[in-house]
Amino acid sequence: MNNIQKRLVKPSAATRQDRRGRIISFVCVTFIMVLTVAIIGFIAIRGLSTFTENHISVWDFLTKSDWNPGQVGTNGKPEVGALAMIVASFAVTLLAALFATPFAVAVAVYMTELAPKKGARMLQPVIELLVGIPSVVYGFVGLVVIVPAIRTVFGGTGFGVLAGAIVLFVMILPTITSLTIDSLKQVPDYYRNASLALGATRWQTIYKVILRAALPGIMTAVVFGMARAFGEALAVQMVIGNAAIVPTNLVSPTSTLTSQLTSQMGDTIMGTLPNNALWSLALVLLLMSVIFNVLVKIIGKRGELTK
Amino acid sequence: MNDLTTAKANRNNHLALLGIKAMVGIVVLILIALLGYILITGLPHVSWHFLTSASKEFGSGGGIANELFNSVYILIITLVISCPLALGAGIYLSEFAKPSWLTSTVRTMIEVLSSLPSIVIGLFGYLVLVIKFQFDFSILSGALAMMFVNIPLLTRNTEETLTAVPHSQREAGWALGLSKWRTITKIILPAAVPGLVTGVILSAGRIFGEAAALIFTAGQSTPVVSYSNWNPFNQTSFLNPMRPAETLAVHIWKLNTDGITPDADQISSGASAVLIVVILLIILLSRYLGNYCYRKMSGTK
Repeated sequence: MNNIQKRLVKPSAATRQDRRGRIISFVCVTFIMVLTVAIIGFIAIRGLSTFTENHISVWDFLTKSDWNPGQVGTNGKPEVGALAMIVASFAVTLLAALFATPFAVAVAVYMTELAPKKGARMLQPVIELLVGIPSVVYGFVGLVVIVPAIRTVFGGTGFGVLAGAIVLFVMILPTITSLTIDSLKQVPDYYRNASLALGATRWQTIYKVILRAALPGIMTAVVFGMARAFGEALAVQMVIGNAAIVPTNLVSPTSTLTSQLTSQMGDTIMGTLPNNALWSLALVLLLMSVIFNVLVKIIGKRGELTK
Repeated sequence: MNDLTTAKANRNNHLALLGIKAMVGIVVLILIALLGYILITGLPHVSWHFLTSASKEFGSGGGIANELFNSVYILIITLVISCPLALGAGIYLSEFAKPSWLTSTVRTMIEVLSSLPSIVIGLFGYLVLVIKFQFDFSILSGALAMMFVNIPLLTRNTEETLTAVPHSQREAGWALGLSKWRTITKIILPAAVPGLVTGVILSAGRIFGEAAALIFTAGQSTPVVSYSNWNPFNQTSFLNPMRPAETLAVHIWKLNTDGITPDADQISSGASAVLIVVILLIILLSRYLGNYCYRKMSGTK
C-alpha cells in the first residue's frame, strides 16, 4: 500500500527528465548572462581605475588630445587625452557608413525589387563571401593596395582615416546590405501595387514608397554597420598609421580606439597608468557598443509606432 | 505639361534604375577584384613546402605549418565547448522561455554580447583568463575567448532554427504522450539538424578567420612543438593546450605590423590565399551538408 502511494506521489520519470532538461538549458542561459555582466564589469573596473586611482579627470580624458600617459606633461601630470582616438574612430566609422550605405541600399533594392529571383541568386553568394573574408585579409589588402594607391593620388603617407574608411566600407557593406534586404522584404506587397496602380514609375515607387516605408529598418542596418566599423580592430590598425594625433586631414596617420589598444596593450605593464589609460579606451569602446545597441532599440520602437 | 512630367518621370526612372545597376556592378567588381587579387598574388606562394614547414622569425622562406595547425586546433576546441552551451541556451529560449522580464533581459544580453567588438572580448580574456586564472597565453585561453565570441551568434542561430520547426510537430509529440524534454530531443532537434549544422559550420568559418580576440589570449608566438608527441600533458606536444599558439590570421597581422621577415609580403599573401580557400571550402561545405541533412531528414530524394 505504502509502496504504491509512494510511486503515485513521486514524479514520473518523464517529469524528472523534463525538469532536468529545463535546468540544464537554463544553466546555459545563465552562463551567457553571467559572462556578459562579467565582461562589462571587469572592463569597467579596469577602465575606471585611470580616474579613481590615477586621478585623471574624465573631462581631460575626453577633451584633451595629448596622449602620453608614460611621461609627465607640462602641468606636472601625465598627459592622458583620448580625443585623437575618439575623433579618429568616429571619423572612420561615419565615413565608412557614408560610403557603404548607398551601395548597400542599391544592392538590396536590386535583390528585392528589380530582379528578385535572379538578383538574389546572383548576389547572395557575393554577400556571403564578403562576410566570410577575414578582417586581417581586408587589412592586408588595404595595406598593399589601398595605402599605396592613396599615397600616389593624394600624397602623404597613404595611412590615415581615408584608408581605414575604404577598408571598413567593404567590411560593413554586407552587414548593411543583408539587414536592409530584411527590412525591404517586410514592406507589404500592396504598397508596391498601389503605387504602381497610381501610375508611378518603378523608381518613384522604390524611392517614394518602399524606401520610405523601410526607412527605420534601413537606419537600424546602418547603425549595425557603424557598430561593426567602430569595433573593428586589426584591419584598421594595419592601415591607419598608428600615431595618436588628431587627424587634420584624411590622409594623415592617426589612431583609432581599437588600433591604439591592439598596438599598445602588449607594451605596457599591468597596473601602471599607461596600461590603465588603455583600459579606459577599451571602456569607451564598450560604452559605444552599448550605445549603438540602445540606438537600434530606439529606432526599432519608433518604426513600430509609425506603422 | 502632363506629357512633359511623364517624360521626365520616365527619364528619371531610367536613370535611377541604371544607377542602381551600376552600383550593384561596382559591388560585384569589388568582390571579384578582391578575390582575384588575393588568389592571384597568393596562390603562387602556396606550395607543399609552404604548408608544411615552420615559420621563421627573422630569415625568409618560412612556412605556415604550425599556424595552420593552431588555427584548426583552436577552432575544434572552441566548437566543442560552445556548441553544447549554445544548444542548451537556444533550447531554453525557444522552448521553455515564456515572455517575461527575465527572457527579454536574456535576449538583450545576448544582443549586447554579440555586438561587443571582438577586441574587447579579447581584452577581457587577457584580463581574466590569462592573468587572473593564470592560463597564460595558451590555446585554452584562446579557445575560451573565441567561445565568448561564438556563443551569442550560435545561440541566436539555434533559437531561430528551433523556432522555425512547425508547431504541429511539437503537438504531435505531446499527443503521443511524450514529455516536453523527449519531444525536444527526439522530434524537434532532429528536425532542426540541417539548420543547426549549417549554423555551426558558418560559425566555424568566422572563428577560423578571427584574430582580434586571439592576439592577447592565444598569444603571438609558437614554441617549437613535436608532432609525434601525442601526450597532451607534455610541454612539447602539439596537443598541449597550455602552450602559446599563433593562428594563421594572427600570423598575417603580425607579419604586417611588426614583422621583420624580408619576405613578409609573400608569406602574408600566401597565408591570405590559404585562409580564403579554407573559408570558401567551409561555405561550400555548409551548403552541401545543410542540403544533405535536409534531404536525409525529410526523406525526399
